[in-house]
Amino acid sequence: MKAIVCVKQVPDTSGKVAVKENGQLDRASMATITNPDDLAALEAALRLKDATGCEVVAVSMGPFTAESMLRECIARGADRAVLISGREFGGSDTFATSQIIAAGINKIGVGPEDVVFCGRQAIDGDTAQVGPQIAEKLGLPQVTYAAEIEKDGNSLIVKRLLEDGYMKIKVQTPCLITCVKELNEPRYMSVPGIFSCFDSEIEVLDYPALQDDPLIEVDTIGLKGSPTNVFKSFTPPQKGAGTMLAGDDVANQLATILAKKHLI
Amino acid sequence: MDFTLSKQQKLVQQMYQEFAQNEVKPLAKKVDAEEYFPKETVEKMAKLGMMGIYFPKEVGGAGADVLSYVMAVEEMSKVCGTTGVILSAHTSLCAAPIYENGTPEQKAKYLPKLCSGEWLGAFGLTEPGAGTDAQGQQTTAVDCGDHWLLNGSKIFITNAGYADVFIIIAITGTVTDKRGRKSKEISAFIVERNFPGFSVGKPEEKMGIRGSSTCELIMEDCIVPKENLLGKKGRGFQLAMATLDGGRIGIAAQALGIAEGALDETIAYVKERKQFGRSIAAFQNTQFELAEMKARVDAAKYLVYKAALKKQEAMDGAKVRYSVEAAEAKLIASRTASDVTRRCLQLFGGYGYTRDYPIERMMRDAKITEIYEGTSEVQMMVISGALLK
Repeated sequence: MKAIVCVKQVPDTSGKVAVKENGQLDRASMATITNPDDLAALEAALRLKDATGCEVVAVSMGPFTAESMLRECIARGADRAVLISGREFGGSDTFATSQIIAAGINKIGVGPEDVVFCGRQAIDGDTAQVGPQIAEKLGLPQVTYAAEIEKDGNSLIVKRLLEDGYMKIKVQTPCLITCVKELNEPRYMSVPGIFSCFDSEIEVLDYPALQDDPLIEVDTIGLKGSPTNVFKSFTPPQKGAGTMLAGDDVANQLATILAKKHLI
Repeated sequence: MDFTLSKQQKLVQQMYQEFAQNEVKPLAKKVDAEEYFPKETVEKMAKLGMMGIYFPKEVGGAGADVLSYVMAVEEMSKVCGTTGVILSAHTSLCAAPIYENGTPEQKAKYLPKLCSGEWLGAFGLTEPGAGTDAQGQQTTAVDCGDHWLLNGSKIFITNAGYADVFIIIAITGTVTDKRGRKSKEISAFIVERNFPGFSVGKPEEKMGIRGSSTCELIMEDCIVPKENLLGKKGRGFQLAMATLDGGRIGIAAQALGIAEGALDETIAYVKERKQFGRSIAAFQNTQFELAEMKARVDAAKYLVYKAALKKQEAMDGAKVRYSVEAAEAKLIASRTASDVTRRCLQLFGGYGYTRDYPIERMMRDAKITEIYEGTSEVQMMVISGALLK
């Protein structure tokens, strides 16, 4: 039994955002973190490992710098890490990305008892599309927005967190679950984990390794395979500091200010 | 001296910082105010492999290094001096002497449980009449054939209320030197909490590190198995002194952490606090105070890290001693901690004197680092002794 976890290295949104001239994010010059929802997915997989002894495989698609994040996954308790990386994959949108990751997961292999865990969405794109698309392309049943996961024989009982309530769904393995931050409290890296993670091999799946997969075609991956294109990225101008009005006559004060600015 | 952190050390430092902020800092006020021993923090540290950081994996340790251990004590102490010393006393004063002096059987019996945090460790040397004069021991251990019989008491024992395993120093006889002078023969023992005749007295009420469990140990015809003699009979004083060399690096790291934590709190405060229409960080007095404190903290840090690297050399099998490095690190780091916390409190002004801010706690916590595991005066005796020999 395996738990395959999709993780993404994303810019640290508490730091500076840099944009390249072509409008894409300049990821190389920004501090990075592991996507918070993905940490919840990893924790869910590690809890499944604690309960069943299953193998946990962390998978990421990205540049070679994502290797450090995968090592951190090992330091937290993952058994294996796979990096899907290649020039051919660059510029992929969510459609092309899910084609490639699904091919990567095919390569790792999905057994009858296996579960694929994804974070709900990445804090850089905020699309929440990649997880569900991977499930579609692998032909797996999917449950999104998981806030609780319970193992029940060959099935999982998943509590979905929705805007106006919960929904409980029983799903058979193999399946794909997307996880929200509220699902759990991700564990820390351990000291022995950190000291051994640099000795672990990060398996790399590049274009030649995946090209035989039917999902991988020239027009399904990379910039060419992406139906969506970034038109423009920009940092919105910062708003000035607000003024808090206090006292019994806030309405009068507000009217005076608005009048001064010739807004009324 | 190369202080460049390895990628493992950088990552482990990042983990300690996250852990300290999320798990240790929120408890620090309660630990102090209620003299609360943070059992849950010890359990969490244990899960992360922090109770045996620099011991090899073969004995149950995390397989990291001495500097990674020192950084753990430093990072915990930045937010809670009590948590720092629990870790330091357990590792340096109990697991380390067993690792360094134990028989294969003793190591196999005690180290895996100490490193996993299932057992907490402590060390008993100080007695009512034997503080700095550590040779003035009164506790006796009598060879009764198939066991040792220990009688006496130890005071000010860190972790005592919660420890499962104690390293106890006791007199096993008298020896006569070449000139016919008689002196006490001192040996070390591994004593478990539940050995018959062993008991723990009431906790001391302290000025600082108030959550740390500091108690008396009482041994009344305490039966200790024969195989629990640690190291060679008659070498207990040397074992204790060597153990304290390592312990002092831990306390130096604790002092360093307290000073750094106080500086962090103060930098945040002076940016917020406004007087005369501007933040007090804009005043040159504040700036110069911060600048000098930062320089002193960094100087202390290099001494502490240097001592850690020297101990690492010994761990790696080199025949080196690190007594002087440890003494220098502890002397300077502990004085820096007392000095920096006092000056930080001055920058906080009246608010700093209240319990609403952590700075007065840090000032109280800092003082003990100039006293325990050898006072500053003892450190100077060690350093000058090496200079003048």
